[in-house]
Amino acid sequence: MTTTLPPREPGAAPPPAAPPAGGPRLRQTPGDSTATATAHAVLLLWSLLVIVPFLWALLASVKDSREIFGSPWELPEVWRWSNFAAAWDRGGVGDYLVHSLVVVSGGVVLTMLVGSMVAYVLARYEFRGNRAIYYLFAAGMMFPVFLAIVPLFFVVQGLGMLSTYHGLILVYVAYSLPFTVFFMHAFFRTLPTSVAEAAIVDGCSHTQVFFRVMLPMAKPGLLSIGIFNVLGQWNQFVLPAFLSPEKPVLAQGIATLLAQQRYEGSWGVLFAALAIAMVPVVVVYLIFYRQIQAGLTSGTLK
Amino acid sequence: MKHGRYPFIVGFLVPGLAIYAVFVLSPFVQAFHYSLTDWTGISPEFSYVGLDNFRRLLDDSQFLAAVRNNALLLVVVPLATVGLALVFAFLLNVGGGASGAGVRGIRGSGFYKLVFFMPQVLAIPVIAVIWSVILEPTGNGLVNSALGWIGIGPLGFLADPDLALWCVMWVLVWGSVGFYLVLFNAAISSVPREIFEAAVIDGAGRLATFLRVTLPLLWDTVQTAWVYLAILALDVYALVAVMTAGPGGPDNATQVISLQIAQNGFTFGRAGYASAMGVVLFFLTLVIAVFMLRITRRERVEF
Repeated sequence: MTTTLPPREPGAAPPPAAPPAGGPRLRQTPGDSTATATAHAVLLLWSLLVIVPFLWALLASVKDSREIFGSPWELPEVWRWSNFAAAWDRGGVGDYLVHSLVVVSGGVVLTMLVGSMVAYVLARYEFRGNRAIYYLFAAGMMFPVFLAIVPLFFVVQGLGMLSTYHGLILVYVAYSLPFTVFFMHAFFRTLPTSVAEAAIVDGCSHTQVFFRVMLPMAKPGLLSIGIFNVLGQWNQFVLPAFLSPEKPVLAQGIATLLAQQRYEGSWGVLFAALAIAMVPVVVVYLIFYRQIQAGLTSGTLK
Repeated sequence: MKHGRYPFIVGFLVPGLAIYAVFVLSPFVQAFHYSLTDWTGISPEFSYVGLDNFRRLLDDSQFLAAVRNNALLLVVVPLATVGLALVFAFLLNVGGGASGAGVRGIRGSGFYKLVFFMPQVLAIPVIAVIWSVILEPTGNGLVNSALGWIGIGPLGFLADPDLALWCVMWVLVWGSVGFYLVLFNAAISSVPREIFEAAVIDGAGRLATFLRVTLPLLWDTVQTAWVYLAILALDVYALVAVMTAGPGGPDNATQVISLQIAQNGFTFGRAGYASAMGVVLFFLTLVIAVFMLRITRRERVEF
């Protein structure tokens, strides 16, 4: 595995492409500064295209419907914080949040545990059928979920697991396994064998070697794939939409609220719900963005 | 080392394999099986109808509309996303102007990567809701009121059959570009600086450096990106289901295969027919992945 974008200390120097500020200034031709200005203009324009919708949505969360549509570019006359209370109680956002938290925490912990166990055995032990099992998991990355969604519904229904926490957790784990196994398999292969062998000589069982030696050594890999799974499962929409109609998770609840607003017309409440769903994720992103970007891209590159 | 080896291997594989077999493998296999039946999904009985479901698909105008829309998504979304991401990666890396040590990166590239990537961490319904309200078809929407300032009448956007799918594609591209920018940028950073310096010493301008040096070195990454985006374009569901009412949008303008599968399987009680659509989607994905890898195959550059 190659981590092409190593996590950097916040505030550390930008990539080697840019010289440190205040260093020797290189002579710039007029053509260069035009190019630089054009580059900044284009990049700033796209930045605005990204930021403005988010800021606008945040602002809409303290407006009423008339202001959202009547004066979309203006600040609200009265800041209606009551929208948030309404979203929490009336809109059910409190419940959705709890459902999401339970399912994602259970799902991610189980995915990481089960996924690394499988990946470890496949990466470090020779046995008949090893390759076949590996390809069975890897193939799962390619298949469209929609091929399976109808039969999957009936499987989950048959097990009596529709709209249950454990049902949703198991399904999340199952669909996160292909990439987790693929990623951790590559990671375990890069770890040195000598430490594990020494532990065996010291009398550790295979299981003890895994939990005491290999898992701690695999921490960077676990972190990357962990972030990937947290984001993926938190943002999951398709699986819960069909498998958990009575216990909606947050992403699903937001979609339901939008459908309701088309009739009720209390758009401020919808945007307050959006803000509740959005702000914590954005804050976590702003804190860990280097790790998140490194984790997500290193997963795709290899 | 031999002691307890097999019980250990089996014990570690079983939980994962069991979950994977029940919830992923078995539904996939069942989909192929049900695609040959007239199962409604409600009654336990069904009979085999051979390839009838597939023959019916050829006359199903809604399904054909879905395939057409998916085909457009398949061409436009990867092209626009990869194109924009490459342009932005180019600007980030050589926008700082040429110097004796080669072309320099732009200042503030960290800020741009931070901002561009942000949509990637948000749930698709959140993004879909924001954009569907921004694109409100009356003159009161955010975009339409801005268009009004420059004298363009309110556009129907998601309500207009000619525009709806383009709006969906715009949101898909808008949300994905940041991810691929960061991906390409990471790939560029892993290229040794000497290669760029050598190009500059040989007198290459920044555009030539990018096209002749950087892009060939990035080719593997671009290829991966292309396949990922193609799968994304085929699998798109949440955006369409949330953004366009209907579902399927005005006049089936945003009908897609995944939406058809959900409707037939869960609303119309045609589980067998929906499974046949799933099988078609599977083969489309397979063909496209193989095709993409083939046509984009180049001599691999080692460095």
